Amino acid sequence: MTSVTAPQLPETPEAPETRPAARRRRMAGLATTVRSLLQAQTLVVLVVVVVVGYLAAVPLYYLLWGTFFDAQGFTLDAFGRAFGAAGIDRMVVNSLTFSIGAAIVSLVTGTVLAYLNVRTDVPFKALFFAASMIPLIIPGILYTIAWIFLASPDIGLLNAALRPIFGRDVLDVFSIPGMIWVEGLHLSPLVFLLMVAAFRSMDPALEESALMSGASRWKVFRLVTVPLVRPAIVASVLIMIVRSLESFEVPALLGLQNGIYVFTSRIYFTLRSYPVDLGAAGALATGLLALAVAGVFLSNRVGRGTRSYQTVTGRGFRPRPIPLGRLRPVMGLLILLYFAGTVVLPLAVLLWASVLRFYQAPSRQALASLTLENYRELLEANIAGTALRNSLLLGFGAATAVMALMAVAGWLVVRSRVPGRQLVDQLSFLPLVVPGLVLGLSLSFVYLRSPIPIYGTLFILLIAYCTRYLPYGMRYAVTSLHQISTELEESAHASGAKWWPTFRRVLLPLMAPGLLAGWVYIFVVSFRELSSSILLYSPGNEVLSILIFEQFENGQFTVLAALGVVMVLTLVVLVTIAYKLGAKVGLQER
Amino acid sequence: MLQIDHLAKTFEGGRDAEPVHAVDDVSFQVEEGQLYTLLGPSGCGKTTTLRSIAGLEQPDQGTIRLGDWVLFSRGQGASVNVPANQRGLGMVFQSYAIWPHMRVFDNVAFPLQVRRRSERPSKREIREKVMRVLATMELDHLADRQATKLSGGQQQRLALARAMVTEPSLMLLDEPLSNLDAKLRESLRFELKRLQRDLGITSVYVTHDQIEALALSSMVAVMCDGKIIQLGKPREIYEQPNCRFVAEFIGTSNFIEGVVRGREGGHIAVETTEGRLLVDHAGDVPAGTEVVVSIRPEAVAVAEGPGGVSSPNEWNGEILTRAFLGDSVDHIVGVGKYEIRNRANPSVSIEPGTMVRVRMDPAKLALVPLEG
Repeated sequence: MTSVTAPQLPETPEAPETRPAARRRRMAGLATTVRSLLQAQTLVVLVVVVVVGYLAAVPLYYLLWGTFFDAQGFTLDAFGRAFGAAGIDRMVVNSLTFSIGAAIVSLVTGTVLAYLNVRTDVPFKALFFAASMIPLIIPGILYTIAWIFLASPDIGLLNAALRPIFGRDVLDVFSIPGMIWVEGLHLSPLVFLLMVAAFRSMDPALEESALMSGASRWKVFRLVTVPLVRPAIVASVLIMIVRSLESFEVPALLGLQNGIYVFTSRIYFTLRSYPVDLGAAGALATGLLALAVAGVFLSNRVGRGTRSYQTVTGRGFRPRPIPLGRLRPVMGLLILLYFAGTVVLPLAVLLWASVLRFYQAPSRQALASLTLENYRELLEANIAGTALRNSLLLGFGAATAVMALMAVAGWLVVRSRVPGRQLVDQLSFLPLVVPGLVLGLSLSFVYLRSPIPIYGTLFILLIAYCTRYLPYGMRYAVTSLHQISTELEESAHASGAKWWPTFRRVLLPLMAPGLLAGWVYIFVVSFRELSSSILLYSPGNEVLSILIFEQFENGQFTVLAALGVVMVLTLVVLVTIAYKLGAKVGLQER
Repeated sequence: MLQIDHLAKTFEGGRDAEPVHAVDDVSFQVEEGQLYTLLGPSGCGKTTTLRSIAGLEQPDQGTIRLGDWVLFSRGQGASVNVPANQRGLGMVFQSYAIWPHMRVFDNVAFPLQVRRRSERPSKREIREKVMRVLATMELDHLADRQATKLSGGQQQRLALARAMVTEPSLMLLDEPLSNLDAKLRESLRFELKRLQRDLGITSVYVTHDQIEALALSSMVAVMCDGKIIQLGKPREIYEQPNCRFVAEFIGTSNFIEGVVRGREGGHIAVETTEGRLLVDHAGDVPAGTEVVVSIRPEAVAVAEGPGGVSSPNEWNGEILTRAFLGDSVDHIVGVGKYEIRNRANPSVSIEPGTMVRVRMDPAKLALVPLEG
């Protein structure tokens, strides 16, 4: 084949361009940029970034701004007013005593139970995981009220039972030890799950080799087991301290009675007194936020240290459970007591109270007066139906919005090369460190000032829930994306599919199980949210937990108990669905 | 020195699964100074046996004796079960089980430090002992290093050092080399052999790697489905496998089926479809017994040459394929319906299609009973 090529004219490499040509090129470049901006990917990504940023960052900005600035500019007056008030030193001491105490109670029970469950032949193993569902199934507010029914000085059933022995009421749930007990017990299943994971991930040969070295069981536990799970223990303690600091139900219901204030109840009190000092509340909230941030930061640092402890592991020889021998019946009894205390008693007492007109200890007389009157009242009163509907609606809305948002945000973080994706990741996790009450306060800062008229509507609650549960949605989305091979996406691209078709037809269907699990989880936690809602709801827009709180304040204990039973049953159904979907919901919680 | 009698252990199956007889009436005896290997595929019960000796697993039945000391007994007379931490044995785990929160020195010192106060050596003595063992393992320069900062081979030696520091009368090794890469495994295999011989530590060694077993052991017990199926010195096991499973599990073998015709000179004559085979065999096998004759590829001699009349142990065949393996060359020789594998020195290489004579030495042939 012969072909003659025309002699090429030597092109001058730097041929001077004419001006119009340069402009035309620039215009073409701009057009490309605009066109690429209008592409689905860019649009969707932009929307997600803006929404996540708005949800996570704006409330905090307003909180800090409202706290540090007044009409005259920067000021620390709010801090002076908040922390200069009488009794504030007691409040700080109470907060720390309460949160550290509850963390220790939950840590000791949770760790011991986890060790017994993973490593020994303790009986009743099935009960452990039933107990571990408790924080999901019984909301904090019901749990606290149940303990009031059980251990309050006047009406407490346990006190009534113990009175003949001691001659007086020995238990007082309206005290710091009482608060520590209730909060610690409610948190212990969480520690249990964290520590079960820690014990399971430990190579049993590490303990066996210590045993073969001649160490006694106790020395093995002290010198090998505990040091190996120490990072998990420290992280759990910090997380539980933060959780207790953020807890609102227990301090509000148990502490206020005797004037025991902690950060959360103090903020609530400040906002309920007249005239409302938003600045002072903001200052308290900022203090609480700082403590929470410090705790989460520390626990993450400890968590990172864990990785250096990983060693070569052999094929997992299923370790023989350590025989407890003579201790087995004793431990069995302790397990039963724990199960009774965390699960049976609170649920039984709620059920008991719900079929009485006036709360009283079981007696022949009480048995004779059993009635379903409370349930009938619930059916007749509109407000209960509205609250249930509101709760379901908000749970549905929050779960759907968060998972839709996070499906894209998760892709952005895990798969894309878009600059600034780390920022999306960090913004999504930001609400994790913001206590619910602080978030509620921040949102009221925003929407009291904002022209958007959603203050006092359900919509503001929806925004609050979406913000609070962004981190959970992110975790579910990221986890399910990590399980999908990049090649599946790449082969769709190679087949010619653009971003949106790839996302919709390949990624979304594959992510669906994880997204669904996240959806159910967010639905469940939204359904029982109290600490943000308490500052944002308005009469007529109650959700279930708020209604229970109101009824408690009005002293309608037995109607409240009936409502509580309905709520627990609904949650049982929801959580069962979650488990049927194969999601280990309990394990995903923080 | 170590005597195991009628050891049995059954694991409950799941809800629908049958119970598993992990160890099924196992008896054997380890002499002073031996390295005794339990060899078998995974699930054969070798690890359960080892863990029973260690005291980490409780057998259902049997006796375990160390010298005159009964470590475990159940099923006959009084039940005895000495706890694992009082048996005073050394053990090396497959995962090494190096404690990541301790330094190298502390890992080795641990077994000495946890002794009862009355038996505990002084701090100085502990230091001396530990450093001596670390020096034997060439780890003394790393004594202050965090244990997780060691390489795989070093961790393996550290695990050995920790097991040896108390100078136990018996050492248990659970697949100690299986986590290492091939090169390292080979060099540590020789090191382990040297150590064991120099120190004369009686050891029980568990492995699924036949080469490891042959290279290291004084005695090998081949296990399958919870039973010991052959017991012998490595060479016996290799050259005289007593069943098809052993012949196949340890190396590769050729199997030729036939019927015993009776004694012929010093050999047993076996009639096969391709000709007669004379086999060296000590025992007596009645004429008419159906048997399988096994021969290792490297014992099959192949020579180029015109096919004469087949005579006993010398058959005519044709090279079908050949494969160059680096340190050897394999030929597959077609003889009638059999494909006989030959393994030869790499200098020998015969074109496929060539007619050859296959010679099988009666001393290298083994009679394997036909499995029902």
